Amino acid sequence: MTDMFTIEIISPDQSILKQEVDEVTIPSYEGQMGILNNHIPLITFLRPGIITIKAKAEKKFYVEDGTVEFSNNNLLILTSTARDLANFDKALVNDLLKKTESQLNNTNFTDKDRYKISYKIETLREISQ
Amino acid sequence: MPSLDDLKKRIKSVKSTQKITKAMKMVAAAKLRKAQESAEKGRPYSQKMQNIILNLTKSINDPHNAPRLLVGTGEDKKYLCVVLTADRGLCGGFNSNICKLAKTNFKKILSEGKELNIITVGSKGHDQIKREYGKYVIKKFSFKDKKNISFNEADEVGKEIISLFNQNKFDKCIIFYNNFKNVITQIPQAQQIIPAETKNLKEGNNQNFSYEFEPEEDEILEDLLPKNISTQVFKALLENAASEQGSRMTAMDNATRNAGDLVDKLTIDYNRSRQASITKELIEIISGAESL
Repeated sequence: MTDMFTIEIISPDQSILKQEVDEVTIPSYEGQMGILNNHIPLITFLRPGIITIKAKAEKKFYVEDGTVEFSNNNLLILTSTARDLANFDKALVNDLLKKTESQLNNTNFTDKDRYKISYKIETLREISQ
Repeated sequence: MPSLDDLKKRIKSVKSTQKITKAMKMVAAAKLRKAQESAEKGRPYSQKMQNIILNLTKSINDPHNAPRLLVGTGEDKKYLCVVLTADRGLCGGFNSNICKLAKTNFKKILSEGKELNIITVGSKGHDQIKREYGKYVIKKFSFKDKKNISFNEADEVGKEIISLFNQNKFDKCIIFYNNFKNVITQIPQAQQIIPAETKNLKEGNNQNFSYEFEPEEDEILEDLLPKNISTQVFKALLENAASEQGSRMTAMDNATRNAGDLVDKLTIDYNRSRQASITKELIEIISGAESL
């Protein structure tokens, strides 16, 4: 059927993923966003969270930031921090979590940074469980 | 006329130089493959990012409220030039080509009475530029100890550029690097990154969509533009890394061939003078025998 659209995840050093999918959920800056076929053209950016890709098999990626463009049934995600949850090491998650938690006490951050960090911690906690 | 022993020594030394250049060529060839791969893999990211920015730019109606990183300060007085070179020499005209292009631009900027600031990335470029333009260099980066260029290094340079921009240190920023076309051809390039050059983008990708923005356009741009600076620097670094290896490979290939020619020539010289001395000895013996 033609209910599919293409997703492309590109990081600065490589193309991480390109495939046909049914549905994608992205952690957009202002909240979770589900994207289906024939979505209207869209540009937004990401906060830390998990990208869920529904195709024949479900895939999940952890991201910290990124930019998203949707046009012509092409979902383009530019991010420097995407990690496939399937091979995301637990020890690494905990390590990241500790680092991020210690950042929380830094008073130099703006509200925007704080907003991002709190989501980062939440996501990492979720993964580590 | 050098003696036989001298020639012998000379041949030996050329041969060992040839071994070194051959080894360097082989190392460069192996590294080139990797560098080329990552340069090619990095291209889509920077291209797509440029595309998104272009689409965003079109939807901004009021240029006065647009972010300064995009439209510039509106002045044209102070320039920041970022010269990206390698940390190692022995790669043909690679470093000199970038510096030559950069210096022509410096001259132009200075002759127009504008202020010039320079940031160098890579120690070889710094060495060449400090001779003439040392007083303009405000910062130098060197990633000598890094084996592979990662986005973090580019981000470091990008952040420095942005912080200088926010301090009103410059109006325009140009980066110089070698664009990797193929193994033999690398083209030194000057690219203006602040304000973002939008006219160079391919008009072919220019579809007219009315995008939905979330959050507002300017907020997205604010987030995206600094990232774009780092991305452009990263792209330049990757292109540079590939060009450096390509350039070194060609240079070392030439050097190896030259050394081979030299060895051939010296061997002929050596054989000739050996033959000459044998003939001389023979003549001496024969004429000695005749006189008896």
